[in-house]
Amino acid sequence: MVEPPAQSDDDLLDGFQRAAFSYFVEHYNPETGLVADTSRPGAPASIAVVGFALTSYLVGVERGWMTRAEAATRALATLRFFGDSDQSQASDATGYKGFFYHFLDMTSGRRVWQSELSLIDTTLLLAGMMTAGVYFSADTLEETEIRERADAIYRRVDWQWASADGGTAWQGWKPEGGFLHYGWEGYSEGTILYALGLGSPSRPLSAASYGAWTATYQWENIYDCEFLYAGPLFIHQFSHAWIDFRAIRDPFMREKGSDYFENSARATWVQREYARRNPFDFLGYGEDCWGVSAGDGPGFTTLEIDGRARRFQGYAARGAPYGPDDGTISPCAALASLPFAPELALSCMRHIGACYPEVIREGRLPNSFNPTWPADGPGGWVSPDDFGLDQGVLVLMIENYRSGLIWSLTRRCPYIGAGLRRAGFTGGWL
Amino acid sequence: MTAPPVDRFHQALLDSLHPPAWRNPASAPRYDLVVIGAGPAGLTAARGAAAMGAKVALVERGLIGGVCINTGCAPSKAIIRTARLYADMRDATDFGGQSPGEIDIDFPAVMQRMRRVQTRLAQGDSVERLHEAGVEVFFGEAQFVGPDAIAVGGETLHFGKAIVATGARPMTPTIPGLAEAGYLTNETVFALNQCPPRLMVIGGGPLGCELAQAFCRFGAHVILVQDEPMFLPREERDAAQILSDALARDGVEIHLNTPAVAVRMEGEKRIVDLVSQGDKFSVSVDMILTGIGRSPNLAGLNLEAAGVRYDAECGIHVDDFLRTSNQRIYAAGDVCMEHKFTHAAAASARIAVRNALFLGRRRLSALVIPWCTYTDPEIAHVGIYVREARRANVPVRTFTVLMHDVDRAVTDGEEDGFVKIHVRDGTDRILGATVVARHAGEMINGISLAITSGLGLRAIARVIQAYPTQAGAIKLAAEAFSRTRLTPSRKALAGLWLAWRRGLPAKERGRPH
Repeated sequence: MVEPPAQSDDDLLDGFQRAAFSYFVEHYNPETGLVADTSRPGAPASIAVVGFALTSYLVGVERGWMTRAEAATRALATLRFFGDSDQSQASDATGYKGFFYHFLDMTSGRRVWQSELSLIDTTLLLAGMMTAGVYFSADTLEETEIRERADAIYRRVDWQWASADGGTAWQGWKPEGGFLHYGWEGYSEGTILYALGLGSPSRPLSAASYGAWTATYQWENIYDCEFLYAGPLFIHQFSHAWIDFRAIRDPFMREKGSDYFENSARATWVQREYARRNPFDFLGYGEDCWGVSAGDGPGFTTLEIDGRARRFQGYAARGAPYGPDDGTISPCAALASLPFAPELALSCMRHIGACYPEVIREGRLPNSFNPTWPADGPGGWVSPDDFGLDQGVLVLMIENYRSGLIWSLTRRCPYIGAGLRRAGFTGGWL
Repeated sequence: MTAPPVDRFHQALLDSLHPPAWRNPASAPRYDLVVIGAGPAGLTAARGAAAMGAKVALVERGLIGGVCINTGCAPSKAIIRTARLYADMRDATDFGGQSPGEIDIDFPAVMQRMRRVQTRLAQGDSVERLHEAGVEVFFGEAQFVGPDAIAVGGETLHFGKAIVATGARPMTPTIPGLAEAGYLTNETVFALNQCPPRLMVIGGGPLGCELAQAFCRFGAHVILVQDEPMFLPREERDAAQILSDALARDGVEIHLNTPAVAVRMEGEKRIVDLVSQGDKFSVSVDMILTGIGRSPNLAGLNLEAAGVRYDAECGIHVDDFLRTSNQRIYAAGDVCMEHKFTHAAAASARIAVRNALFLGRRRLSALVIPWCTYTDPEIAHVGIYVREARRANVPVRTFTVLMHDVDRAVTDGEEDGFVKIHVRDGTDRILGATVVARHAGEMINGISLAITSGLGLRAIARVIQAYPTQAGAIKLAAEAFSRTRLTPSRKALAGLWLAWRRGLPAKERGRPH
């Protein structure tokens, strides 16, 4: 009997990327351009997921999974909705001061769940709009309108209104209670927020804002690896989904002789090293099974397993190596490290495919699974839903690894370049 | 619920720290030093000066020992120890032990042990011991009546120098309805004789976190509310996060970014209105404990008569030598310092005595002051924080060791936490450190010693430590530093050397140096 040929790396990635892309085809409202946060029935739209969707459509065109006309139609529907949406102070408006509420009703596009006017989620939406604005460069009515609307929506954002006393940006605002106070303490996924906030030609963040945040950074030596730590793996990925940080450096990275791309590679290695050491003896953890990030979980409960109390969590921001960690693995986060550490990410995917095939549904990686949780299959508990953020970051990061498409597009976005320069980035493509 | 039983321990405590039948001595014509306040700073100052032969009067309006013995460190650490025992009993199976099944918590016994511990610790600070040390003790309210005199209990004490060490008291939250409903502070919580079934703790600082965890372990349903985005706002994000996870694991109901805005009574219950992200909701509890910080004790001192400048928030204004605006008067401890800790108070008192009586020029800013929050795990810090260094444009590099990589922490099942040692980039000079570990308070002292003595990580890496210990994490951090010095060029040189040695005849290789 002849063994079937082993699946090539590119075929493996193509399968995961296309399955992730299909999320945006399946969970889309053509009237508003909104995309559901998760695959749960009745789930609202997440504006960040819409940002990933807008970028994914471009990948779909380049990969032949969607026509350019279809992508443009979707992008335009989205931009028209957000451009014309209610920006009043009404508690169920779609946005305010140019920003948008985190969660919107899939049909009406109005605020739901009393969600916050979110700066980071608006940023990810804007990143998608900016990328689409660069991509759709044809001199047609439709593509011209895409560019103009993307530009107008970006210029409308009042970043100065959202600046806190200490110089940094607020993280959010609610009509019921005003600005949200989470603080900017340490490295996070916010780099792209400052790039877009500083690059605005209309109402930008102050030049000092980025420095006020990076003053809280810590350069750590953990497991003999020196890097800018942040626990959840997604933090090292979201800004990179759009921006090519290779060889561009802000003052902090110049001081440390590194860059944020290299930093994400080191963070990936530390995550893998943590899983290899597996200090809390979780099932499955190892050099080819890692990825601790924010995401779904088995639920907030304690089980006695092998004479040991195991405390599990539901949706939580898990991190390594400081924790919290309950044995939940985020395979999407592991694969989204592909551009930084391709060998590690690919071997992790092959291992998960071989040892936990039941967690991969219709070719799509789940948000998370937990082999320590007692269940029928070796994968233990598996997140029952697909999450738009996971699938979006997968589409973008796999594409950046395969072709660098997104990075090449955003390099041509003048606002992102201007924002990075105002933040003090120099070198490389800047 | 808050009337402490007058048992033999409580009576012994009073006998030591403020004998009921006490009569103040006749005042001497003049004292070399008058100390106002018999807390850690005042006691250190009075004893230290008396030991050097000074004529010393010590004035106290309440109990000798101050907050530390009576309403602070001693009682809180005593009940935290019992709380930790209950947590260990709960988690016995994690250690291969047998849990004793249903655990009955005898709260009065917890508090009785606390009083016994207090009484024991108070012996060293008793009036009798102070008298033996040559300190004249006056009980009563002290009031300045001039730049070189105070009045107390009808006597006027004239001094060459004075040290004000009146300490601090709990700050009062300005929440409408709270005063009417009644609340506990560190001054009253240790008088409880029943554990409240539902307790709200307002304030996520050291006191709030410590007692929230302890009372939760005693079986109370504890709701901890903090109007900041994280607990212990001064500490590092990762330390606060680990603490938050630990509190949640214990069962503390956590509300961050959630101010309490109003309190009202409904029957026996206190209803607290909370606001989170604009959403208002109410929680019903039996008792409320507040721990939002401490204010300097200044009332009644009549500092104006002595020409001593002060303000209600920062307390008595002192220079780096702890001298007030009156050259004769110094201050020490919580009444004038940002760092309100027993050990810091004592250290400042030693400086004040030396500077006041012996022409000293010791500076407060030269002190290396560690501190610790005694939650489980504990959170300890010394030196500067990274954000402080970075704001001062000092490049910093942090060496981190996770406790789960420390053998003794693994054997003890105490793997939560880390040691972070911050050095000036390019050197081994230690700028500061944070330790999160079950015994972080014990571990931080070694790093304080290193900073005070000017020892860097290279020196620590050379020290042979007993194995296995949790403090070994500090040496592991130092060894991580040493490994970074093995640059590729050094490694290449070492390789060349070894290769050359391999090429030598055997007798040459073994030649003694």
